[in-house]
Amino acid sequence: MYTTELQNQAGKPKAQVASTEDPALLEAFEARVAADEFIEPKDWMPEAYRRTLVRQISQHAHSEIVGMLPEGNWISRAPTLRRKAVLLAKVQDEGGHGLYLYAAAETLGTSRDEMVEALHSGKAKYSTIFNYPTLTWADIGAIGWLVDGAAIMNQVPLQRTSYGPYARAMVRVCKEESFHQRQGYEIMMAMASGTPEQKRMAQDALNRWWWPSLMMFGPPDENSPNTAQSMRWRIKRDTNDELRQKFVDVTVPQAEAIGLTVPDPDLKWNEAKGGHDFGEIDWEEFYAVVRGEGPVAKERMKARIDAWNDGAWVREAALAHAAKRNARAAA
Amino acid sequence: MSGDRARIDYALRLGDDALVLGQRLGEWCGHAPMLEVDLGLANIALDLIGQAQHFLAHAGALEGHGRDADKLAFRRDVLDFKNCLLVEQPNGDFAQTIARQALFSTWHELMLQRLQGSSDTAIAAVAQKAVKEVAYHASFAREWVVRLGDGTAESRQRMVDGLDWMWRFVDELFAMDLVDQAMAEAGVGVDKSTLRPEWDHLIDAMLAEATLERPAPRRGVMGGREGRHSEHLGHMLSEMQFLQRAYPDAVW
Ligand SMILES: [Fe+2]
Ligand SMILES: [Fe+2]
Repeated sequence: MYTTELQNQAGKPKAQVASTEDPALLEAFEARVAADEFIEPKDWMPEAYRRTLVRQISQHAHSEIVGMLPEGNWISRAPTLRRKAVLLAKVQDEGGHGLYLYAAAETLGTSRDEMVEALHSGKAKYSTIFNYPTLTWADIGAIGWLVDGAAIMNQVPLQRTSYGPYARAMVRVCKEESFHQRQGYEIMMAMASGTPEQKRMAQDALNRWWWPSLMMFGPPDENSPNTAQSMRWRIKRDTNDELRQKFVDVTVPQAEAIGLTVPDPDLKWNEAKGGHDFGEIDWEEFYAVVRGEGPVAKERMKARIDAWNDGAWVREAALAHAAKRNARAAA
Repeated sequence: MSGDRARIDYALRLGDDALVLGQRLGEWCGHAPMLEVDLGLANIALDLIGQAQHFLAHAGALEGHGRDADKLAFRRDVLDFKNCLLVEQPNGDFAQTIARQALFSTWHELMLQRLQGSSDTAIAAVAQKAVKEVAYHASFAREWVVRLGDGTAESRQRMVDGLDWMWRFVDELFAMDLVDQAMAEAGVGVDKSTLRPEWDHLIDAMLAEATLERPAPRRGVMGGREGRHSEHLGHMLSEMQFLQRAYPDAVW
């Protein structure tokens, strides 16, 4: 989900800098990637490939971490002990995904602290979806069902992405995401067949999360200038629109099965293309959220920055203690 | 007091300790000083919620009025909660959270070690599984006390303050009332007063490694086991129980 390249505006291609890299190395690299070989940390790689990967993997990691907040918001209010345990475990999994992904990005020569700094300064992006608030318990269902569902669509192909550490991280992550998706859907199912109040919450959650979920796949292909390069490098394996279509086609029948209505009057089955037609996405909202103007973007960033700043003395203490220990061991 | 009532209370005490501390630790999720600590605290919370499910389910079954673990967790008010006061104290800063955890988990591990041999087979079974989890909680927390105590000047001061803040709730952990006595005599429970020397030894060893002094003795604050709590518990319950209270007919 988080893997789409986010830029501040639609379709503004970056100026191409002429490569000064050794053409022979470049050719060999391109051939290996084209043959679906994995590139490993010690292998030669073009600088632009390295930069794009660091951006994409760190953005993905940040999304996992920021994504802990909207769901964490309901841990204290989960309605049963089982739901509380499942939610805690889910949020913990997302933190674990963040850890593997930071570790994968670090193999490219950027430290976790640098990546965290880029997040807090606003230089690095994270998925737009986490800038929306979780208002009722049904939102926890909707996030698991839709957001983790969209994440799976995006991430399953990345298990075969060209960069070895990223691909391997995705194998672990994908297993857990399918679990999350099922658990979220199960919450929605329980609520959609529950009391009128529960049903209302479930429908309202779908209404609010549907369009932001479709936006998770990133801008339409015609405004996604880096897609071709990323696909050639096997950093991306399907286009944004292909993945979005797949998500709609999988999710619409799931909504119908539990008696919920997808909030799109233009949604209809198109026999000829074997998929659904659906309404226009509000791209202006998407770009506003990418720019940091999402409904709770300020709160999300403040929560992360506060946690980081409030915890500074703990991290310093851990380092100081480790240094004292090492000094004592050496003495 | 009837033996049945005492046994129900005993299971409630074990369950409520775990539930209330698990709930507190869940508040850290997404806000801890570093990702590894966030995951560690969530892990402890998860273990405790699991233990609470088992102990409360057992209490409900003993009671025989059709109350399951969720009914007991989400439909009781403050006066019926039987946890010790230590676990309901607010998280404070990380040092305060760690102080609470080290003091409690060290006791909890000793309790569960003994409870593995409980004549109540349900309690014994939960204890056998939980004791391994809690051994990790105790070592996680004690290691952090050492790091913070023997870290920087700031972390040391915060650790001293955190231990000092929590220390008045220690005596309650070892206090024996009629329920405890009846259960110890029946072989269901533990004579908690006998755990104190070992607890003191473990805590003193931790403090020595952390280069910290033992907080000065003080009068213990008690009452949690009989439902006389601090002001904090009511706020915690109002948040935790909100959905079950607002929608009493709903199934989630
Ligand atoms: Fe994830
Ligand atoms: Fe997930």
